[in-house]
Amino acid sequence: MFHSLGRYLLLLRLSFKKPEKFSVYWSEVMREMVSQGVGSLGIIGIISVFIGAVATVQVAFQLSSPLVPQSIAGSISRDSTILEFSPTISALVLAGRIGSSIASQIGTMRVTEQIDALEIMGVNAPGFLISPKILSGLSMVPLLTVVSVALGLSGGYLACIVSRDIAPTDYVVGLRDSFNPIIVGVCAVKSISFGFIITSVCSYFGFYTSGGALEVGQSATKGVVFSCIWILFADLLITSVML
Amino acid sequence: MIEVKDIHKKFGDNAVLRGINSQFKAGKKNLIIGGSGSGKTTLLKCIVGLHEPTSGEVFYNGENFTEMHFHERVPIRKEIGMLFQNSALFDSMSVEQNITFPLNLFTDMSKSEKLDRANFCLERVNLKGKGKLFPSELSGGMKKRVGIARAISMQPKYLFVDEPNSGLDPLTSILIDELISELTEEYNTTTVVVTHDMNSVMGIGDHIIFLFSGEKWWEGTNKEIAHTNNKELNNFVFASPFMKAAREKL
Repeated sequence: MFHSLGRYLLLLRLSFKKPEKFSVYWSEVMREMVSQGVGSLGIIGIISVFIGAVATVQVAFQLSSPLVPQSIAGSISRDSTILEFSPTISALVLAGRIGSSIASQIGTMRVTEQIDALEIMGVNAPGFLISPKILSGLSMVPLLTVVSVALGLSGGYLACIVSRDIAPTDYVVGLRDSFNPIIVGVCAVKSISFGFIITSVCSYFGFYTSGGALEVGQSATKGVVFSCIWILFADLLITSVML
Repeated sequence: MIEVKDIHKKFGDNAVLRGINSQFKAGKKNLIIGGSGSGKTTLLKCIVGLHEPTSGEVFYNGENFTEMHFHERVPIRKEIGMLFQNSALFDSMSVEQNITFPLNLFTDMSKSEKLDRANFCLERVNLKGKGKLFPSELSGGMKKRVGIARAISMQPKYLFVDEPNSGLDPLTSILIDELISELTEEYNTTTVVVTHDMNSVMGIGDHIIFLFSGEKWWEGTNKEIAHTNNKELNNFVFASPFMKAAREKL
């Protein structure tokens, strides 16, 4: 375990060495941003709307008492969406979507000698391959989380219209009621951390792939599994420290 | 010129190379031959720095490459072109982008100059007009030629070629050998080719080293190889009945 941790830290150090040419690296960052950000919008949109809707319906079901104002369902949905559902569930989905793609892409480059070709040219392969992915993850995962929050809350509103368990106006009142800005800070810290975990852990497993197609698949699986575990661990840690 | 001195390489307890010494001269096609598992590719990877030798040294024009750190090796690496066994083209890039990739990173050429260079390299390997294709759209022989075009884009002083003929038909193999030969003369490169293709050995082998069980077993030229009394080398070169018959006629 310590051996792997050491290799992971050394790989990160190599990844952030001075680039050979900034413009080439920057275009790689842009390409990764499109791939990770725009490419994940669909899946994030779908899960966010449904999770927001389900959360609202379930909260409404559990608080079906005449003594509790209906608007409270909106407040609880808002807090749980911003604090947990959007950053964490989105990150777990993105670990599957982005993480497996990163690990298998870098792993395939390793087993087909493309990484050797980069090194022969004098290119710092970890820097060229990994740093653009991490930088892109650090910016795109938080942006996707913002989209997820917006769509999750909209999903809750749609659920109110469709199910009629709560009046949509009460839901909106609940969304605006007793808002504590710290939850946005927690959400931001979580999404940035998760972006880093997904991209760096999956890059690590891809970079140290050896063998052939079978091992590339195993690296992708390991990358996703370890990312998910670290996301959940970081989720607990950030929540405990910040709230 | 490249010089290797007493190169040893072990993977765990398995000694793959045992004390290899040789010199590879500029303007010559230097061939490393040997059976499967004899250490040919490991020696090539030790020379280019993809493997660190367990002991021994590699010198590029007198400079000790083995002792250099990664960033110190960069100036020499810019002078190296390498064709890999499976071509190792970047899948996500077009042929043109593959060739201009090292130019983008290490030169200040304008976009049009880089495109001109890419087109020149493609024309040199008889692939004019194929710049917009992606590696997945190319045949095995075309991939090798694009690999060569990428290797020569920076006008290398040292050209390394790993199994250039593997998976190719005899005619394409000969074309690739001729191309390597022409480029060596054109750029006066120190060319090192790992192969076990006997047509290549006889056709372009200016200087040949034969590895057997990780040791240098024989060294000479393609003229000398036909008349050697080295038993292991003869078993390797003249393994087929056709080659045995050809040798008797020599």
